[in-house]
Amino acid sequence: MLLKYLTGKNEDIPAGSSAIFFGFSAIFWFVVGTGLGSFNAAKLAFPDFVTGTELFAFGHMRQVHVLAVIVGWISMAFAMTMMYMTPALGNTKLWSEKLGLWTGMMWNIGLSTALFTLWIGITSGREYSDFAWPLDLVILLGVIAPLCINVIMTIAHRRTQGIYITNWFFGSCTFMVGIVLLVGNSPEYFHLTGLSEAYLTWWNAHNLLGLWITPVAAAIAYYTVPKLTGNPLYSHRIGHMHFWSIIVFYSTPASHHIMSSPIPEWLKSFASVEGVLILIPAVAFVANILLTMKGKWTLFVENIETKFTMTGVLLAIPLNMQGGFQQTRSINWYIHGTGWIVAHAHLALLGMSTFLEIAAVYFGLQQMLKRKVYSLALANIHYWFVLIGFCIYWISMTIAGLIQGAGKIYEVPYIDVVIAEHPYMIARWVGGTMVFTGNLVWLFNMWMTARVGTLVPEGRYAHELAYDR
Amino acid sequence: MAFKEYRLGSAMVGGALGLSMIITIFMPSFDLRSAVSTKMALEKQLSAGFDIGFGYADPLLLGINRPLTVVLDADPKTGAKFDPPVTAYIYKPGVPMPPNIRHPHDLGKGVQDLSEGLGQIGSVSGSNHRVGTREGVVFTVGLGEFDGEELSYIENASATRGWTPDATLAAAGDKNTFKISQGKTEFVVQGCWWCHTLLPEQTQDWQVFGAPPYLGDFNGENPTAFGSDRKAPDLLHVGSRNSSREWMLLHFFNPRLVQVNSIMPRFDYLWGEKDAQGNVIDYDKWRVEYLDYANGKRVYPPEVPDYAPDSEIRALIDWVLSLK
Repeated sequence: MLLKYLTGKNEDIPAGSSAIFFGFSAIFWFVVGTGLGSFNAAKLAFPDFVTGTELFAFGHMRQVHVLAVIVGWISMAFAMTMMYMTPALGNTKLWSEKLGLWTGMMWNIGLSTALFTLWIGITSGREYSDFAWPLDLVILLGVIAPLCINVIMTIAHRRTQGIYITNWFFGSCTFMVGIVLLVGNSPEYFHLTGLSEAYLTWWNAHNLLGLWITPVAAAIAYYTVPKLTGNPLYSHRIGHMHFWSIIVFYSTPASHHIMSSPIPEWLKSFASVEGVLILIPAVAFVANILLTMKGKWTLFVENIETKFTMTGVLLAIPLNMQGGFQQTRSINWYIHGTGWIVAHAHLALLGMSTFLEIAAVYFGLQQMLKRKVYSLALANIHYWFVLIGFCIYWISMTIAGLIQGAGKIYEVPYIDVVIAEHPYMIARWVGGTMVFTGNLVWLFNMWMTARVGTLVPEGRYAHELAYDR
Repeated sequence: MAFKEYRLGSAMVGGALGLSMIITIFMPSFDLRSAVSTKMALEKQLSAGFDIGFGYADPLLLGINRPLTVVLDADPKTGAKFDPPVTAYIYKPGVPMPPNIRHPHDLGKGVQDLSEGLGQIGSVSGSNHRVGTREGVVFTVGLGEFDGEELSYIENASATRGWTPDATLAAAGDKNTFKISQGKTEFVVQGCWWCHTLLPEQTQDWQVFGAPPYLGDFNGENPTAFGSDRKAPDLLHVGSRNSSREWMLLHFFNPRLVQVNSIMPRFDYLWGEKDAQGNVIDYDKWRVEYLDYANGKRVYPPEVPDYAPDSEIRALIDWVLSLK
């Protein structure tokens, strides 16, 4: 059927096809990515687990986990939400379902190729832009560019007067992430060296988070929360403040990732101040969403999408408090390069961002398939496995990070730090495995939804129907 | 699109992003470009060569078409003895040039002038950075004076002293040849940098991991591979802390042989199929015997095989020991 649509006329493709395709691809990559994460964590806890083979060594697997999750799960979930939210908010159809399907196709092929080459060791040696540069170009031109065109053309062809805040984010973020990939990979295209290379590596990494993952995840909540609760967004104006302060403040503090390198001091100070200013969009977002929930907090318990969304929003609070202050010099010197940062990264990507996306994928898949989710019980299992697994991971890595930080400043022999961290490495593996298990349940649940979920009558939303099981 | 406010909005997004890029990319570029290469940077650049990451000369990152580092006791041409020994960097025909041969400006003020003047790096024939030269080049690091300041510079020894790659390689012999560039490729490919950083921190690493680097210590290096997630000791100065090849040998084959609590993976697969004597390495037997040792059934662990001269582990150890 996919093949038929890919070669068929755009008009013949049912609305929502690309959203469904992206949705299931995203869940698939989430299962793959968290599975790899669990495997890697096992190797850190038990170094002789699967040993002596080059391809299954930790150094060959770690970056595959990171990029499978970022490019496969998170970004594809973003694309999925764009495919159904952008037209819904413009009261129109997606500009081109066919282009959407081709984008999804290119995405899966490109990402599989890129992850495979990365796995066998073909890399640029630059964190978060590890792929060899021809594959970076494939992702930029074959995936991000068509996605951006589709989103912006859908917004341009909207049948509403204004542009809702979510679409502000979608339109500008798909554009900006293209610029980030173009500029951020320039050390590979133009063979830049030395500190320029190091700085641009982190400029790229920081802005992927700042201009893509964080704002798009927030934009999703601006759609799902009003939709699920029936409340209008508390303030569109605060939403705009969020939008503009993200672009101004979040795009500048890249160098706080390499505070201990000899880059110019003014740049570090500037980055540090701008990093604290990220609290402005962060607080604006959280406050706006929490106030939107007014009078509807029962849905936090009753409705699975609201449960996921609000958990993500609540996790944004510790995320932003950590993020705003851990990059200042007074804190960064203690925790830089420790497990604290790993915990923080998972709080951002697996905590805040992922929970918002899971909700949007649940919501969107039900909407596009016109079927009620197969089982609330399984969805709740999914929720608790991911949440508890994440919490175990986050808390254990935070503790491990504090141990490492103390070991660092008191100049404890390194091996003693490794010994002290061992229990937390096991906890990390347990947590990661729980997340992976939860996602397997989710994949099954959504598969069953697509096959046997109760049909949603025309003109109704799936979340208005009672759960079946 | 008829509403002006959206045009204004789009322009403002562009303006804001542009301004942010001016501040975070354009302005720092002046500081970063003014960095003057230190001796450490020149040595790292010449021993590592062109970009370690994916490239035309070595697309699969096998460590091919890479420069060799040799230590010479005597001049390969005249036979005159060197004391102390001189380190030379051999770029055989077809090996891509180090980045700053093509972009000498990036060497920094003074180092560029000395390298182009005394060092004659401008005379590298056909210095296309991707395909290398037809005859090959041998470089050394020279010491000169610029504006009353002592600076190290790149010397094209093929031009200044008439050294050819083959003669230099023959004069050094296999024992004094170090595959540092291939070793750094292994470092990147095997993902060592996911745990071992290459950046001692400015605040507290002085005593344990050595001095943090200076501004000019990285010119010509790609990737710098600082690493971000330190789960293991920093390696920027590891060769100064531990220069024992035998220790490295045991540690890479199975880290638990020298440090029972280590969580480092075993890199025994880098030995390849045969050892130094050409015998096939029986990994299964080794692992069974090691397990007996670990379980207390043997007093001594099994012998770690000597690596073959063309094994990957040799290159990796060469690189690790070069980090002074």
